[in-house]
Amino acid sequence: MFEAVLLTVITAATPLLIAAVGELVVERSGVLNLGVEGMMIMGAVIGFAVANQTGSGTLGVFAAVGAGMAMSALFAVLVLFLVANQVATGLALTILGIGFSGMIGEAFIGVPGLDLPQLYIPVLSEIPFIGPVFFQQDALVYISFALVALVAYGLFRTRVGLVLRAVGDNHGSAHALGYSVVKIRFMAILFGGACAGLAGAYLSLAYTPQWVENMTAGRGWIALALVVFSSWLPLRVVVGAYLFGAVSVLNLHAQALEFDIPSQLLSSLPYLATIVVLVLISANRRLTLVNTPACLGKPFVPDR
Amino acid sequence: MAETTLSEVENKTVRVDRADKETLLDAQGLTKRFGDILANDRVDLVINKGEIHALLGENGAGKSTLVKMFYGSLDPDGGEIFWEGRKVSIGNPAAARELGIGMVFQHFSLFEALNVVENIALALPNPGNMSELASRIETVSRDYGLPLNPDDIVADLPVGIRQRIEIVRCLLQEPQLIIMDEPTSVLTPQEADQLFQTLQRLAEEGCAVLYISHRLEEVKRICHHATILRHGQVVRECDPTLETPASLASMMVGADVASVSAGDQAPDIGETRLTLQELSAKAATPFSTALNGISLELRAGEVVAIAGVAGNGQGELFDAISGEMPVAPAMVHLDGKPCGNKNITWRRKQNAAFVPEERLGHGAVPGMKLSQNIVLTRHSTGDGLVGGGFVSNAKAADLEKRIKQAYDVRMSHDDPEARSLSGGNLQKFVVGRELDRKPGILVVNQPTWGVDAGAAALIRQALIDLARSGSAVLVISQDLDEIFEIADKVAVISRGYLSAAEPAAEMTRERVGLLMAGGAEAQGEVA
Repeated sequence: MFEAVLLTVITAATPLLIAAVGELVVERSGVLNLGVEGMMIMGAVIGFAVANQTGSGTLGVFAAVGAGMAMSALFAVLVLFLVANQVATGLALTILGIGFSGMIGEAFIGVPGLDLPQLYIPVLSEIPFIGPVFFQQDALVYISFALVALVAYGLFRTRVGLVLRAVGDNHGSAHALGYSVVKIRFMAILFGGACAGLAGAYLSLAYTPQWVENMTAGRGWIALALVVFSSWLPLRVVVGAYLFGAVSVLNLHAQALEFDIPSQLLSSLPYLATIVVLVLISANRRLTLVNTPACLGKPFVPDR
Repeated sequence: MAETTLSEVENKTVRVDRADKETLLDAQGLTKRFGDILANDRVDLVINKGEIHALLGENGAGKSTLVKMFYGSLDPDGGEIFWEGRKVSIGNPAAARELGIGMVFQHFSLFEALNVVENIALALPNPGNMSELASRIETVSRDYGLPLNPDDIVADLPVGIRQRIEIVRCLLQEPQLIIMDEPTSVLTPQEADQLFQTLQRLAEEGCAVLYISHRLEEVKRICHHATILRHGQVVRECDPTLETPASLASMMVGADVASVSAGDQAPDIGETRLTLQELSAKAATPFSTALNGISLELRAGEVVAIAGVAGNGQGELFDAISGEMPVAPAMVHLDGKPCGNKNITWRRKQNAAFVPEERLGHGAVPGMKLSQNIVLTRHSTGDGLVGGGFVSNAKAADLEKRIKQAYDVRMSHDDPEARSLSGGNLQKFVVGRELDRKPGILVVNQPTWGVDAGAAALIRQALIDLARSGSAVLVISQDLDEIFEIADKVAVISRGYLSAAEPAAEMTRERVGLLMAGGAEAQGEVA
């Protein structure tokens, strides 16, 4: 029983984790992309469509990543080169993604999809309890953890990460030192788009292998909240994503076990949890402020 | 304005004197245009090895534009730069650093959320291993008498230390030319002395320094040669050691600068207008300063100045006095009435006026016309600007014209948006807007920050005149020259503690410097 619950927690948490870790990189570079939901759902529909047409889940995943990157490139051109308002552009990107995905996906409603195969890690997967939970997952679950490790190492241990954090902290100084703020942000936005697309692919190829209109159901927004929740630290994103995943599936399990709790209250748990955790985190303002990218959402125009 | 009224004869003799030195950088005919404005017009500049070379000029004379072209942040529209006799084009800051040109910026180019090593690594082409770099930073910084702890987060450090980081960062690039843009504007006198020693040592080692400063005393003291810019052109070169600060100032402005006169009679001290009693406030953010038991009395007819290095609680103190940050009622009294919790409009109705430090964005709304900005601070102080809920644009426009004339605010067309004014002109406007009311109590934070000599003299004289007419004036300033020019009493703020106000005649720069460096704190804690 507990094992089954844990498995569903992992599947619920993985798309949140992937999308949030991508957005974390974007925000660390000083850009606020509110279009995560739109990029994610485009990834979901394109991933499903390509997998369905080619019969290859792998190709579907790559196509979803490409779709997310294409959406984010559109965002990047608007906010970096044309210096459009980031909040408005991000919201527009979400609306565009939801509408456009509905149009593309019309032909795929009700079509059975491909399920990504589970990868059994030899030896480890045979350990009782731990094995099935941690080492019999599909590739994207492993990739999500690899991504977190990569981002955590990259941000705090490499020069690229240092430059990225510098750009997010003070774009004027970074420019004065000769770093190309626009180029670095462009790359960060593309990375965020790729992650959002991948998270979308997870939804339509692993979580529920089918296409349903508006199937992201607000997960893009939760991913955005998770970035703040984690105070822009990658390892905390893992904690946040799993907490959210747990609370959202707890709802279903509680209903199945006929707990005498109103389902509305359970549905609201993730949001209550967010508020509680944000209050707890804000108690340590110093840490929060030091990690908050100071240039977040501010447009940059070089004076050349 | 009359161009180049001074003779240029001495020019040549000075050049001859410098001829025996080796030329490091030779700029010929540098031109840079921004839209209709020629920021630099055929500027020639020669910097020799081992020379501390001053670059002087009023705000907007083109100094920053010129050095940005040397540092590769701007592309010249015309002219050539020769480095050690070889023609070079400096496409970006990395290219400048490769040549051996380093820069210490006026507005710090540090990253607050990063630590000292990370900040320095960002400016080096090959920083290598972080822990090795950290030990190099410790060695070099100690060697030059500018000790740094590599693991400190910049946000936690006071400005003096931040400047050290900038300088050490520059030194680690092993530059042959260091460009310094107003480095001492945020330092205590002792810290400035330390900086001068470092510069002199660098010059002896053969490194050249291009030094931009508004403080002509220090230019005279440490610089070997000076180039003076006016309206983007080189108007004069001279040996600053042979000049006086006054003669340097007149070269910059192109006319004699009126000296500020405090008036002959001793200040006629009246009743107490503003009282601070044990004013304390917690720091609102990790980057702000707590106020600790500040007490002060400000009486009619006197100018009291609060000296201190930036970031020691000046902004927080100003906010508490103006009402932007509410405190306990008894902590602030205006004319004997407790008002620590009253808002700014209430205090303005008590005939108090406030000029904050940041003129664009705090003192004035950038996107609003000047007349609209007047309404924002004077809507309820009896000027009839608002009646029955409606704003009288005609009356606001009249006021705008009056202030413009009285305080010599120069603008390209009538009633422009605040953001289109140059810094000095906007400062004259925001100070003039409050002075025009003839307030009984005026509190002004950094009245002449980044303002050129002519405008600064006008503003200082206006503050003195207001006090002599019977008002109480509180000036918060980092500029010691300004403080000794206008203040009757001087107090010093350090880390949120305020020293007792002492008569300016009995204060010395050394004493102010000691109080700045923590003496005020000790005094506050004893009290």
